[in-house]
Order: sequence, then C-alpha cells, then structure tokens
Amino acid sequence: MNLDKKIILLLCLFFHDVLYAELTIRITQGVGKQTPIAIVPFGADKGVPLLSVDIAEIITNDLMRSGRFSPTPQKNMLQKPTTGAEIDFDDWSILGVEAVVVGRITQMRTGSYNIQFQLFDIYKGEQIVGYRMPANDSTLRRSAHRIADMIYRELTGIRGVFDTKVAYVKSNVSRNETSYSLIIADSDGENEQVVVNSKDPIMSPAWSPDSRQIAYVSFEGNASSIYLQTLRTGNRRKISDHPGINGSPAFSPDGRKLVLTLGGPDGNLDVYILDIATRALKRMTYNRAIDTEATWSPNGKEIYFTSDRGGAPQIYKIFLNSDKAERVTFQGNYNARPRLSPDGTKLAMVHLYRGDYRIAIYDINKKDLLILSSGMQDESPSFAPNSDTLIYATKMRGNGVLETVTADGLVRQRVASKQGDIREPVWSPFLKL
Amino acid sequence: MERFNLGLIGLLFLVLSGCASSGSKLGSMGNDSGMSSSSDSEDAATYGMGMDSNNNLETMTDDSMSENLETIIYFDFDRSELRTEYDGLINAHASNMNSNTLLTVRLEGHADERGSREYNIGLGERRAQAVRRMLLLNGVAPAQITTVSFGEERPNSYGSDESSYTQNRRVELVIN
Repeated sequence: MNLDKKIILLLCLFFHDVLYAELTIRITQGVGKQTPIAIVPFGADKGVPLLSVDIAEIITNDLMRSGRFSPTPQKNMLQKPTTGAEIDFDDWSILGVEAVVVGRITQMRTGSYNIQFQLFDIYKGEQIVGYRMPANDSTLRRSAHRIADMIYRELTGIRGVFDTKVAYVKSNVSRNETSYSLIIADSDGENEQVVVNSKDPIMSPAWSPDSRQIAYVSFEGNASSIYLQTLRTGNRRKISDHPGINGSPAFSPDGRKLVLTLGGPDGNLDVYILDIATRALKRMTYNRAIDTEATWSPNGKEIYFTSDRGGAPQIYKIFLNSDKAERVTFQGNYNARPRLSPDGTKLAMVHLYRGDYRIAIYDINKKDLLILSSGMQDESPSFAPNSDTLIYATKMRGNGVLETVTADGLVRQRVASKQGDIREPVWSPFLKL
Repeated sequence: MERFNLGLIGLLFLVLSGCASSGSKLGSMGNDSGMSSSSDSEDAATYGMGMDSNNNLETMTDDSMSENLETIIYFDFDRSELRTEYDGLINAHASNMNSNTLLTVRLEGHADERGSREYNIGLGERRAQAVRRMLLLNGVAPAQITTVSFGEERPNSYGSDESSYTQNRRVELVIN
C-alpha cells in the first residue's frame, strides 16, 4: 500500500504538467476502496410541497465527493423503496450494492418537516442505522449533510465533515478595481455568504473554536489590522492595530487567546499572544528574522510558526512554558505556514519541491514528509475537523481555486467554485447542532 | 492640489540644493525616458506604472524637474537590498521630505505571489524597511514615515511569470 502510494505520487509529480486537468479524477478512481452504495430518492408524504432541496442528491454528491463511495445512478435502480420494509435485498445485491439508504419526508406544519432515513447492509439484510430529525425549509440542506455524515461514519469509521463550513477570501478584479470578500460556504461550496467586503485586501481568516467568530486581517485605511467578527450578528471589533504589521491570527484551543504577528515600526516580525478579554500582549519570539504564521497545537501547549532565522523559511515550535524555539522541518529549503491536524499527529505546510510550492504533510511521530498536491503554487492548507482531509488553494488558469485532499494523499477533489479568484480556505470546526 | 504644490516646492529646493552641494548626485540622474508615465494624481500614478519604465527609474532630465519623482522601487528575487541604481532617487525623495517636513510618506512593500501569503507580508515589509532606513539615513524624521506591507495581495501585474514577478517585487512611495 505504501509503495503504491509512492508510485502514484511519483507519477503525479512526473506527469502533472501534461495530465493535470484529469489527474485528480484519476487518483480518485484508481486508488482505495470505494463502497458501492445506493441513495434512493426520498419519498414524501401527502401534503409535502415540492422542496427546493433534493436530500438524496445532496447525500449522493457528498459521498461521491469523498472519493470513498461509488453511488449507484438512479436510472440503474431496480426499485425505489422509501422505507426499510419495501427493500428487496436481492434486487440490490444483483447490482453489487453493499449499502442502501432510504428515507421519507413528512410535513408537520407548513414549512416544517420530519425527515426519517435508514441505512441498510445489503449482505446482512440488516439496518445499520436509522434516524428521524426535524427540519424546516432553511435547514433541509444541512439535514442532508448531517445524514451524509452519519452514513459516512457508520461505513468508514471516520466522523464525516459534510455538515461543516469553509471560510475563504475571494477577490474580483474588474477593469480598474479589485474588491475583496471574506466568504463562508458549506463544505460542498454551496450557500455562499459574505462576511465582509472591502476595496482593500482581506487575508488570513481564522475560526474561533466554537465557530461563532472569525478573526481576519484587513487593510482598510492602508494599514493592517486584525478584526474579530461575530458571524451571526455581523458585529465586529478591531482587536489589534499596532503600528506596522498586524497579521496571521489563530485562536487558542480554548478560544480565549489569539496568537498573531506584529511588526512594529521597525518591521521586525515576531509572534505574540493576545488575551482577547484583557488585551494583554505577550511576546513569544525575539528574533530579527521573520517569525510569523503561528498556530497552536491542539493541546494548547505549543506554538508552531514559520521563521527564516536560519536563512530560509522553516517551521519551528515553542513550548509555552519556555521560550526556546526548536526547529521542526529539515527537508527542503522552504517550509512555511504550519497547520496541525486537530488530532495533533500531523503537520501540514507549504513545501517547495523542485521549484513548485506544494502542500505537504509531516507525520510528527514518524517524522516523514508526504507531498499531497501537484500544483505550482499551492498554499494555505487547512485541516478538516476530523483530521482526515485538508483543503488548500491552488491555481487553475491563473485563478485561485480550492481543492481537498485526504491526509493519505489518495483522494483529491476540486471544490466547485463560482466566479472570482479564491484563496486562503479555512475549514470550520465541527458545528454545534 | 495643495499636495502637488508642496511637492513642487520640494522639487525646486532639490534643484537648488543639488546645484549647490551635490552636483554629482544630480548628474547621475541623466537623460530620461520613462518618467513621462508618472503623471496626474500621485495615488493613481503609483499603480501599474512600472510596466513601461522598468529600466529608467532613477533617470530624470533637467527640464523635467517639475514632474513628480518616480515612486516605485523594484527588488530582485528573494532580496530586500536596495539596488545602487536607486540611491539617487531615494536621496531626491529624502531631500524633498527634509525640505518640507509636513510631507509624510507611506512605504508600501510588496512581494511576488510565490510562497506563503503571510510570509510574503514579511518579505514586503523587509523591502519597505530597507527604503525606510535609507530615508532615515538621509535625515528624514521617523514621524514622516509609515510602512505597510501588502505582501502578494496587491500585485501590479497579474501574470504568473517572471516578468510579472519582477513588476510585483516593489516598494511604492505614497507621499501625502
């Protein structure tokens, strides 16, 4: 398996100029087991109006996008049951399907529904899981993602991340002007919502651990400042506007502090910790080099950051109870923008590989580096809250687009995007129900 | 309009002081070409100008002294040292600011798009600081100078090739 992976990666690296457009698809289909599953269109009880959201379609797309499932096309289905009692297991085993999802929607009041779904193991002829959940017109899409998450967890053992969000920065260049937006969308790229618009650059969005707030850098007034914005209300406050650089915010695991970069009037970038409530500032690095892009370890005890104190940018870490920095990366001349997996076992970064900036992942225990992406200017890796998948920005015909890749490198997908140059994706934590 | 007048006064001072004390400095700012593209309003002139005047940034004809000084300084790949060809231009800006201490300059540092975004903010800042140090050495008061780094967020040229990168590694002087 390991050797296979290496060969595939080598092939990717070798052919990426020629085959880049199809490459993600090849990897997705060529490697790893894809469970054959059928998601039957959900039935609707009498009185349910035609809904704007096709629940089965969303579940199908979610599972397909993960690369770990091959959903049966609707036209191949020999029957379309909507409850477990209607399933003819033989009909599905003929098709080679291993699992079937059926469901029904009942209307409670106008605009208010009950969604029931059941997941069946075709070989055993048994129900694996079944749930009933309330929904309304505005939560139908989210309910579908939650059902997909439950199916994913039952069949892969990994917690799903379909019911999560991604924040990113989008720029639109018109003839004379560039405008910048911070946007939040569902993990499938749908349901885009603007957090802030500006004529000046916006960068470095960071989710609070409770996913209620976003910190970001804005250059309004031609100076960088860090803002903290509450998503529900849209209220925001400026939390850091020292002279010079205010950049690279990241929340502590308890949400009370931000680690950030300040440059000061002399432009010496160092890492600081800001207590959000008291505004107390603690300096963490004292170095004439660029120290920036800091992030917390999930246990809250260490900070990883980029520094070029050794000449070229590399990743270092500091234990909060001491002030000694320790170098972490040694492979290659450029390693930057560290981000730790929420389970603390892996470190994602931007790694310069033969002249191309790639997303690489460093296994903290095994100390080996795996290159995950195949572009020339890939950047801003961010882990999904299940530590199993990452999202990052790459370029396609000069425009920024987003891709996801599993941490083992086997499944890579482009995230559907609309217009604009998109970058700096940040995956949200698991959302509260 | 007021800004422009102040700039003019500064330039006149520069001509006079240049003649008196530093002839060689002005002498090095020999014959021109690219200056004609720096024009109209200072704010707009700092955008996209470098496209056609890359090689002639420090040059200036004697009879074009009434025009604005060039306001973009370019840097080599992964470098923040000022090329010596800019000595004259920075001296001229410093003289301008020394002669009119009401002038302030915002030094906007930029990087090309390669590599990580926040690290590039650091690279842009290093370049802005290199210009700041030269201005300070030339007697400009610290209070007259602010720096900001836009990293790769505000490219001059949107291409992903060496010629675009060359246009984007720069410091822009925005004088107010």
